[in-house]
Amino acid sequence: MIPYQFLITVRLGFKSLKLHKLRSALTMLGIIFGVCSVIAMLAIGEGASYEAQEAIKRLGSNNILIRSLKPPEQARQQGAGSRRGFQIKYGLTYDDAGRLLGTIPGVSRVLPMRIIRENVRFQRTEIPCQVIGTLPFYPEVAGATLVRGRFLAYYDEEHMENVCVITTGLARQLFPYQDPLNHAIKIATFYYRVIGIVQERSQPEQRSQAGKMEGQPLDNNVYIPLNTSRTRFGEILFRRSAGSFEAEEVQLHQVTVQMRDLASVETADPQIRTLLGRFHEDNDYEIIVPLQLLRQAEQTKRIFNIVLGSIAAISLLVGGIGIMNIMLATVTERTREIGIRRALGAKKADITMQFLVETVVLAVGGGLVGVAVGIITPVLVSHLTTMKTIVTLWSVLLAFGISGAVGVIFGLYPAKAAADLDPIEALRHE
Amino acid sequence: MSSVPPKPSSARRPSGRAGAAAGTAFGESIIRLEALQKTYVLGEENIVRALDGVDLTIHAGSFVAIMGPSGSGKSTMLNILGCLDRPTAGRYFLGTEDVSRMSDDALSEVRGRRIGFIFQSYNLIAQLTVLENIQVPLFYRGQDIKTSRDRCVELAKLVGLGDRLTHRPSQLSGGQQQRVAIARSLVNDPLMILADEPTGNLDSKTGTEVLGLISRLNQDGKTIVLVTHDDKVAERAQRVVRMKDGRIDRDEQRAPNATAAPAR
Repeated sequence: MIPYQFLITVRLGFKSLKLHKLRSALTMLGIIFGVCSVIAMLAIGEGASYEAQEAIKRLGSNNILIRSLKPPEQARQQGAGSRRGFQIKYGLTYDDAGRLLGTIPGVSRVLPMRIIRENVRFQRTEIPCQVIGTLPFYPEVAGATLVRGRFLAYYDEEHMENVCVITTGLARQLFPYQDPLNHAIKIATFYYRVIGIVQERSQPEQRSQAGKMEGQPLDNNVYIPLNTSRTRFGEILFRRSAGSFEAEEVQLHQVTVQMRDLASVETADPQIRTLLGRFHEDNDYEIIVPLQLLRQAEQTKRIFNIVLGSIAAISLLVGGIGIMNIMLATVTERTREIGIRRALGAKKADITMQFLVETVVLAVGGGLVGVAVGIITPVLVSHLTTMKTIVTLWSVLLAFGISGAVGVIFGLYPAKAAADLDPIEALRHE
Repeated sequence: MSSVPPKPSSARRPSGRAGAAAGTAFGESIIRLEALQKTYVLGEENIVRALDGVDLTIHAGSFVAIMGPSGSGKSTMLNILGCLDRPTAGRYFLGTEDVSRMSDDALSEVRGRRIGFIFQSYNLIAQLTVLENIQVPLFYRGQDIKTSRDRCVELAKLVGLGDRLTHRPSQLSGGQQQRVAIARSLVNDPLMILADEPTGNLDSKTGTEVLGLISRLNQDGKTIVLVTHDDKVAERAQRVVRMKDGRIDRDEQRAPNATAAPAR
């Protein structure tokens, strides 16, 4: 067919559809819902898995995280008898960090961290923070970037200097007007000089171990040399809460093991378990392998997408059947017109084309509206709830393509039925 | 209506595409039926011979009425003449082509290029305007509608509907609709115009007007084959072919009715 003639046929399709506006609209509705649900569902699924994956990626896929865990209540009760009632000892030790570095093959660095919750003061501003005692290579392992000044150095470590590096978020709150560098901030009873500001890659929610999260910004971290933390705060931490008094002895709150490559991450996981299992009676640590979590998340996402996809596909199928139904009715209704057109020189192919185009116009029209609604819906969803949604281009193209295909597939039969009518019978049709 | 401008049709005649292609001159035979048969097998024993050996020749520029009671085979005849149906046996020459064994697509092509239809119930397409209805046959010829628009407007004027181009069929009276159908039948410059009871749905006054228009077309050189059961309508024709039981019963030549021709 000549493109010009095709254009006329498309226009004719529009005209015929406009003749029955309500019917056309209702027919399109099936496709609109189908396309909309494909896009919206995939957007919500994509958003959910994106969030999960981002959270995992922030931990670093080359890393294995080992965190100290307070042993469960029962174990603690048993331990309490042997100890002095209010003091418990658990978690990773400095020796553990050394053993990890020395024993596990493929380890490039082991980063010990002590995480203590303490209020940080500058002049009259006091902000609850996580005070993290760590080593100078923290930024490389945990993925923090230095914004100003410098990070902790081995010199600071050796000399137990009272220096600290703060995160950008904290800097903004503590020093709204001043330049934080070289000012002294007070943590517990000592003063520490600010030597640098870092930007965290991660929302450090994974380090909520040291205490409960009580509605405070996650980004308030102060980094001090590990040795400083050890001497200034001691090994035993006291916690007071409503009439009770608790002391816990924890050497290290977290050890991040950085592996040389992705392959060694998987082999190292069971080795670490065996190694630590030998020195820890209680199950007072947990091992987190971001890479495995990532794999799981991807697997989950795939299943999620398949389920959502098939639901959406069914709704499109139903929409397609609706279209076919209406087109069959239309063909019957317009038998006379078909007869006239055949008498005036239309070939079977012309009639097929006419009805096919009409169906495709209906389906693609519904598809376009569906795409619009499908893009708006996830935006609304993420606006009204906290869910994150991502409308991907491929899901839009997929949904739109399917709607076109539905038009062709479900239009073919009615169009063929129309073309196969006997012109004489069709002309006689009332 | 009373003053049909003869100019467009007579000017078109020598350069007319269909006429030139078929190479027909006035008086030459444009329809030749040879021992035409059409049988319908309804059951094992039940075979209906709707046409049972029809021989007929129609010359260019003539006005032929085909008459007969119902069941005489005139509808079947009309369908075959109009290339809507194929004969079971025998041959049908339209112009120089044998159309009796053509494929479905080829017949569509022939209908679109060589035949103009006028139906009893007008058969206009409801969702199209007057102008668009006239253009339909050109569309299926693959012709650019924009370039042929002037011609279609001219035809609409010829049938007296120059001011109704954008109306829908439902906004027109029966007589007007039939005139649109006549304009549509002319748009291809066909070899023959096939009219099936063109006045059957019209009152006598508008019927007479429409018949006047058809006679006028004949006077301008169009070949007209008209199927009717109305003697008054048949009066207009120069020749009346009467059918009975699938055969031609009588074939009367008559002088054109001089008094009937001018529009009343």
